[in-house]
Amino acid sequence: MANEVCFSTIDKKIPWSLQTYREQGGYDVWQRVLKQKTKPDEIIAEVKASNLRGRGGAGFPTGLKWSFMPRSAPGQKFVVCNSDEGEPGTCKDRDILRFNPHAIIEGMAIAGYTLGATLGYNYIRGEFWEPYERFEAALAEARAAGLLGRNILGSGVDFELHSHLGGGAYICGEETALLESIEGKKGQPRFKPPFPASYGLFGRPTTINNTESFASIPYILRNGGPWFAKLGKPNNGGTKLFSVSGHVNKPGNFEVAMGTPFSELLALAGGVRDGHKLKAVIPGGSSTPVMPADVIMDCTMDYDSLAKAGSMLGAGSVIVMDDSTCMVRALARMSHFYYEESCGQCTPCREGTGWLARVIHRIEHGHGKNEDLDLLDDVADKIQGRTICGLGDAAAMPVASFIKHFRAEFQYHIDHKKCMVGGV
Amino acid sequence: MVTIEIDGIELKVNNGSMLIEAADEAGIRIPRFCYHKKLSIAANCRMCLVEVEKAAKPLPACATPVTEGMKVHTRSPKALAAQKSVMEFLLINHPLDCPICDQGGECELQDVAMGYGGDVSKYAEKKRVVREKDIGPLIATDMTRCIHCTRCVRFGDEIAGLRELGATGRGEHMEIGTYISKAVSSEMSGNVIDVCPVGALTSKPFRYSARAWEMRQYESIAPHDCIGSNIYLHTRRGRVMRVVPRENEAVNETWISDRDRYSYEGLYSADRLTVPMMNVDGEWRETEWDTALEAAVSGLKDVVDHSGAPQLGALIGPSTTLEEMYQVQKILRGLGSDNIEHRLRQRDFSDQDAAPAFPWLGTPLAALETANAILLVGSDIRREQPIAGHRVRKAHVAGAAVFAVNPVDYDFNFALEHKLVVDPRRMTSALAAIARHLVTITGATNPAGLDKLVQSPEYDTAARAIAERLRQAGRSTLLLGASAINHQNFAAIRMLSALIAELSGSTLGYLSDGANGSGAWIAGAVPHRGPGAQAVQTSGKNLAQMQGSGMAGMLLVNCEPDLDLAEPQSTMQMLKKAEFVVALSSYKSPALLNSASVLLPITPFSEMPGTFVNAEGRWQSFEPAVAPMGEARPGWKILRVMGNLFDLSGFDYMSAVEIRDELQKLVGDVAKDNSLAWRAPEAGQIDGGTLVSISDIPIYSVDALVRRAPALQKAQKLLGPGFRISAALARKIGLKDSQEVKVKQGDREARIAVEIDDRVPESCVWIHADISDASKLGAGYAPIVLEKA
Repeated sequence: MANEVCFSTIDKKIPWSLQTYREQGGYDVWQRVLKQKTKPDEIIAEVKASNLRGRGGAGFPTGLKWSFMPRSAPGQKFVVCNSDEGEPGTCKDRDILRFNPHAIIEGMAIAGYTLGATLGYNYIRGEFWEPYERFEAALAEARAAGLLGRNILGSGVDFELHSHLGGGAYICGEETALLESIEGKKGQPRFKPPFPASYGLFGRPTTINNTESFASIPYILRNGGPWFAKLGKPNNGGTKLFSVSGHVNKPGNFEVAMGTPFSELLALAGGVRDGHKLKAVIPGGSSTPVMPADVIMDCTMDYDSLAKAGSMLGAGSVIVMDDSTCMVRALARMSHFYYEESCGQCTPCREGTGWLARVIHRIEHGHGKNEDLDLLDDVADKIQGRTICGLGDAAAMPVASFIKHFRAEFQYHIDHKKCMVGGV
Repeated sequence: MVTIEIDGIELKVNNGSMLIEAADEAGIRIPRFCYHKKLSIAANCRMCLVEVEKAAKPLPACATPVTEGMKVHTRSPKALAAQKSVMEFLLINHPLDCPICDQGGECELQDVAMGYGGDVSKYAEKKRVVREKDIGPLIATDMTRCIHCTRCVRFGDEIAGLRELGATGRGEHMEIGTYISKAVSSEMSGNVIDVCPVGALTSKPFRYSARAWEMRQYESIAPHDCIGSNIYLHTRRGRVMRVVPRENEAVNETWISDRDRYSYEGLYSADRLTVPMMNVDGEWRETEWDTALEAAVSGLKDVVDHSGAPQLGALIGPSTTLEEMYQVQKILRGLGSDNIEHRLRQRDFSDQDAAPAFPWLGTPLAALETANAILLVGSDIRREQPIAGHRVRKAHVAGAAVFAVNPVDYDFNFALEHKLVVDPRRMTSALAAIARHLVTITGATNPAGLDKLVQSPEYDTAARAIAERLRQAGRSTLLLGASAINHQNFAAIRMLSALIAELSGSTLGYLSDGANGSGAWIAGAVPHRGPGAQAVQTSGKNLAQMQGSGMAGMLLVNCEPDLDLAEPQSTMQMLKKAEFVVALSSYKSPALLNSASVLLPITPFSEMPGTFVNAEGRWQSFEPAVAPMGEARPGWKILRVMGNLFDLSGFDYMSAVEIRDELQKLVGDVAKDNSLAWRAPEAGQIDGGTLVSISDIPIYSVDALVRRAPALQKAQKLLGPGFRISAALARKIGLKDSQEVKVKQGDREARIAVEIDDRVPESCVWIHADISDASKLGAGYAPIVLEKA
């Protein structure tokens, strides 16, 4: 049950080409929709039936999100693809862009038709030069084949798609900051409400989905919503791309069914580095709470199981840490990341991320104080739920979870001014 | 209306309003920093987080719209925890050195910290330090104190209309600044000091000179433009320390111009006249009031006795109070002279009999922003009347089309939909073209003589577009600015503007000079009409006629003859030839020392009571904030004594209020009607020459007080030397930027460096009066010759 959706072209000779994509039935749905003028409601119903949940990390049901779009509102509307894959540990969208760009294009085109948008943007992370070029080439192919543009294949339907390369800011992965960035402004999240569905790009109704979500759409419509739903488990439809990184023998992206046991996923990645034992796993990208080995080994990889165990599936970015890992140092690295990537707009995040990073840095370097762990908990708690966007929470959650599960290690750093793991 | 509950109090509030507005209205105080009722919502400080029932997280009251049945707790444990957390975060990197901060004692952060801050900081790391920035002579920065609320940034974007400040950098490295180091140039920049909740932006001239709690606050009216912005004077030990805005939604909202904010420095200029002075055999001597008044009155009496009353005249600065203006004309008319003039920069008086009784804005100030179309006629409104300019900008932001017929392509903080930037000699032609199109559009009878004025078919497209838009707008207005009113063909410009207004259904407004330029008309400070615009038996001499015929005796009130008048040279000649000149002035102006016989020290606005009538006809009275400096006395008292010494009746006033009340009775309900019956204007031409000078009064040179305010003068210096020509003209003469050129006007000449500026028509030279030496050569809007030096 692997590589059935987004990675379905990956074993082909030139996976990214239009020809390869068409050979597996690519753009059939798009052509059918254009020809039959499928009712948007039917498409949305199909997406709802698929149980596809947003692959960017929040897991919001895609079909439901589409139903919020005021499709018949007059004026310009937009669909936007979020390919600003910046979460530490995540690299799945990069490989969709590289190996199956046409699935994204078809998915966005169908979304545009369904949601009444004649214009789409794919916002690609600034560092993704190669994927950007690959995607641009695919766009050129699609345009040349008459699959994009005005009056597509004589259907009277218009849809144009552009890619937009980001400037290297993590925060632009936040959907409203992403919109600001496309508008040419500084990437800063907007306060919600209003949500993008009513006030999005250039103030117009906009639907934003993750790359993997869009790329899944053609397959869902080709094979039917129930087919996709059945690939996974109830309420967690489909397959999912997991980026497994860290202390494994064979790191990489793996497309497996939702609900796959963690142990199987770990095995796909070649297991923990030889000679080491699994210590902890961050299951969904750096902003999701860390899980000790014994907890994660009992989990299946889906939204519900991980939530129940106190963490989140996030974007499916599995960071594996073995017993050589200093948890203080790992947290220090992550906290520094959030400190540098905070946009600076709202107070708790701007001030709090720096505070967290400095204290953890101090502890790591042997200048910790006894009251520091309570202080970190306190500061993390004060950031959470009080910021404009999720970055504040993303910075706070690892801190709380690292201290919760590995408090002794932090205490050791404070007491002995050195690491209990590496002896550094 | 929806019903909500805040802290257990049930409130009916407007649908669509934000929680914080509802709370403010009900007097429930929610702490805030980034929220400002005049600015867009940012929701970035998070200080106003409150608990809303059924919401998972605390919500910012500033950005949460009210909904039916909403229950809000602003001081519940959850709300307070959120507020205190934010306060803690705000303080960790904020310097806790309030005793050495200029904002200390009037700081929003300090105030809120008292209620929501802890007494001990848990933050033990190094605090952030931000490098100092120099953003010009008016605003001091201390960016380490900045809490990143972005009120100043939003002020620039949304109110001033110039994106001069922005937030660069991310996260903790975010800084507010100009990005490329420069001085801010907005004419309203000082308002960022008021919107800044901390000591990051403070007043540069005022900084470190007084504490908030040492000062008293007095209401007053700004004395520089036709708006009459409401202000507070903050005083300490009898001295005005600073000026801040006083909210009046109908006039200046919560803003004031930099000119109104910083001019107070001029109150304490070293050349303040504080003792009466007499010129005895060519030597100036300080003297007693009795002696000086006796000398002044007997000198003027002698003139009347020997040369006759028609040989006596008075020039009154347009920022003089209503009470003083009224008394001056009362004295002059009591002595038998109607030679009273306040239109010091005007040059064309030919249609003064047709002028409105009260030349006014044509609409309430606040209504300007509801116009759908606005045509500026000869106005650099941003600099002439900053607050009126702000209203025009608001109209533009709301969708109004703004047009201009101007001699220079002035840079506005709004886009012009169409513009006719024309040589001043073609202004009448440009206006006539618009009027002609309106005749066609409306099918009205073509007024006799109009076609003759249309000379320039090249204006056709823009003129037609302007005509059409004005006609369609529904609510539209024409505004006559300084370069229209002071134009040599003002009568024609006025006539054509009135015609355009009539045909397009627009109002016609005057942006009058000084703080009382409109009020002067009803105070009787014109030669042809008495108080309340009542007819006089014989019309007196206007400024041009006085200059032309020469005068034996002059009374000067509140004016510097070399700087406040359109034709300084002929004015100075007239004064020098006069037998006797009495000046009531706050300053020992060199030109007065050069030309007067007696100098009587009158107090500036801060030291006396008085009334200004603004351009919309609003009578705004004010009281003194501080005692007169030295022996200076309020003008109304001096004029009262003079009236009595002249043995004139009706000068027994006990207070300025009595004078105002007396005038108010005479004025009654004076018609506010700017319309004008058509009378074919003469297409008067500016004589001869190929080049003509455009002379405008720079923003910080409008009156004696502003000219003496050092910080404003520094800001004005940044504008450059003020002698500008187009690149095309420079090429023709063979000049490069900053190169000197020989300038000739009449029989005078000077060498002056040119600045190349393509906003100037090719056939013109743009001269900033007062700044440029060229303005000393002769009158503006006159032929001028440039030769390669």
